[in-house]
Amino acid sequence: MNSATDLASNVRDSRQSAQEALQDYLRVIDARENDVHAFNAIDREVAMETAATIDEMVASGRDPGPLAGVPVALKDNLCTRALATTCSSKILEGWEPPYDATVVERLRSAGAVIVGKTNLDEFAMGSSTEHSAFGPTRNPHDLTRVPGGSSGGSAAAVAAGFAPVALGSDTGGSIRQPASLCGVVGVKPTYGLVSRYGLIAFASSFDQIGPFANDVRDAALVLETIGGHDPRDSTSIPSPMMNLSETLDRGVEGMRVGIVSELLEGIDEDVTARLHEAAAALSEGGAIVDSVSVPAVEYGLTAYYLIAPAEASSNLARYDGVRYGMRSEGQDVAAMNAATRRNGFGDEVIARIMLGTFALSAGYYDAYYGKAQKVRTLTRQDFDAAYAKHDILLSPTSPSVAFEFGERSDPMTMYRCDTCTIPSNLVGDPAMSVPFGTGDHGLPVGVQVMAPQLEEQRMFQAAAFIESQQPARNES
Amino acid sequence: MEESLSQDLVAHIASLARIDLDEAELLHFTEHLGKILGHAQQLEALDLDAVEPMSHPYPLNNVLRDDVPGPTIEPSDVMNQAPDVSENQFRVPPVLGESS
Repeated sequence: MNSATDLASNVRDSRQSAQEALQDYLRVIDARENDVHAFNAIDREVAMETAATIDEMVASGRDPGPLAGVPVALKDNLCTRALATTCSSKILEGWEPPYDATVVERLRSAGAVIVGKTNLDEFAMGSSTEHSAFGPTRNPHDLTRVPGGSSGGSAAAVAAGFAPVALGSDTGGSIRQPASLCGVVGVKPTYGLVSRYGLIAFASSFDQIGPFANDVRDAALVLETIGGHDPRDSTSIPSPMMNLSETLDRGVEGMRVGIVSELLEGIDEDVTARLHEAAAALSEGGAIVDSVSVPAVEYGLTAYYLIAPAEASSNLARYDGVRYGMRSEGQDVAAMNAATRRNGFGDEVIARIMLGTFALSAGYYDAYYGKAQKVRTLTRQDFDAAYAKHDILLSPTSPSVAFEFGERSDPMTMYRCDTCTIPSNLVGDPAMSVPFGTGDHGLPVGVQVMAPQLEEQRMFQAAAFIESQQPARNES
Repeated sequence: MEESLSQDLVAHIASLARIDLDEAELLHFTEHLGKILGHAQQLEALDLDAVEPMSHPYPLNNVLRDDVPGPTIEPSDVMNQAPDVSENQFRVPPVLGESS
């Protein structure tokens, strides 16, 4: 199949029909979705209508936009008007949002075709998509293994060829880690670059929407479409979206690259080997590569797992059985709230709400939440010091390749999946995962490229170079 | 931070969070949260007295927009998503114990 970039270009120039392209993807979905379970809902009829409209526009001489006819899969925590949005939670089952998220609006007006809503760990809390109320998504490379999470459905959809691109959300690594495990590109933009209007909130000071794609160029195209200021999000950065596509062929001559030494600890050997090969390729390409210490990242995981649940406990207070979603009966309103929340939320969500409620409660606030916020400041200071001497930073995306279902039932073991991705969320910097060869069992390995806030151009520039140097895929 | 997490405290947290948990569930979450908070002891090693807390990654300012009329969501599109509605209002069980 074509890349999204080529498909859109072909549709705009009448060389390819959006309807036929969509049907090609729907055939792949029909063949493999039962095994993979990437989707919570497939919006077949509306997608066909949209594709027909795109073709009619082209036929009548109008330009549908830069994503003309490109099928897109959306994580099911992005609001889509009149299309069920569940967050893979029973508590929202059947809810149809009365409005589109800004990113959905922008995709539609760029000519994209929404194919469906993808599975996730409930309310985006997890690293394996095992915590979905609707059953797990399986990794298209090996159906006995997880796709990562929480945006596992979107990552698997792109990896399985169900759609050329998808959107996810990344609070602690929920785009980058599944991208790494599924062998696709995944981008967490600078906090505030992409509007969060219509993204169902998990941890508001971390959440960012970003693209999944088969290659860096397609990821750039999608990010250029969804990024830029939105007056409906008060945390949206008031500046226009930068051009990313023009940076992709610039190479890395003279670029200063730092490998974060703390993020090499506890990483599987196969993953470390690929990271060093990527670093060697950058060096070969003219970059100046060395090792750099960002000491505070060692405390990132702990800080994150106090702050994110604290914000979640507040954000998820709205699910009370009154205004939307399900309700369990109770003799008074408090009993109804408590019964609804027990029956509607899964165990991982309850655990995080409880953890966050504790971290914010009287007598414990300073010792837990307050300290974690200070670690956030330290992390910013340490990254600033590293970026004084480096243009980009490099690390593994995930400590391991895709693992088997049920393998990480202990909470801390699961949370450690996010060790390398969390630091960027703590400080709001952009980071992306680029596939770079394979590791144990022939499974994909990802390399993470990090950059300072709003320096997506150099991040994409380096990512495109790494992609161009990646070893031939071992098909065994 | 050295205080261990008791089941009574977890029950108190569950009531603050408005989640109805039975004895077995309280036991499960006491153990589960204990593991995570045990890990959080790691922060004890840091001297953070002189460090300012950070609540947000980007300098935030109040954002005021011009008061321009625009399209709004139809009340019916919102109300028809609710579990129980009466005369365009959300209906809930008694709040203060009197029967409705």
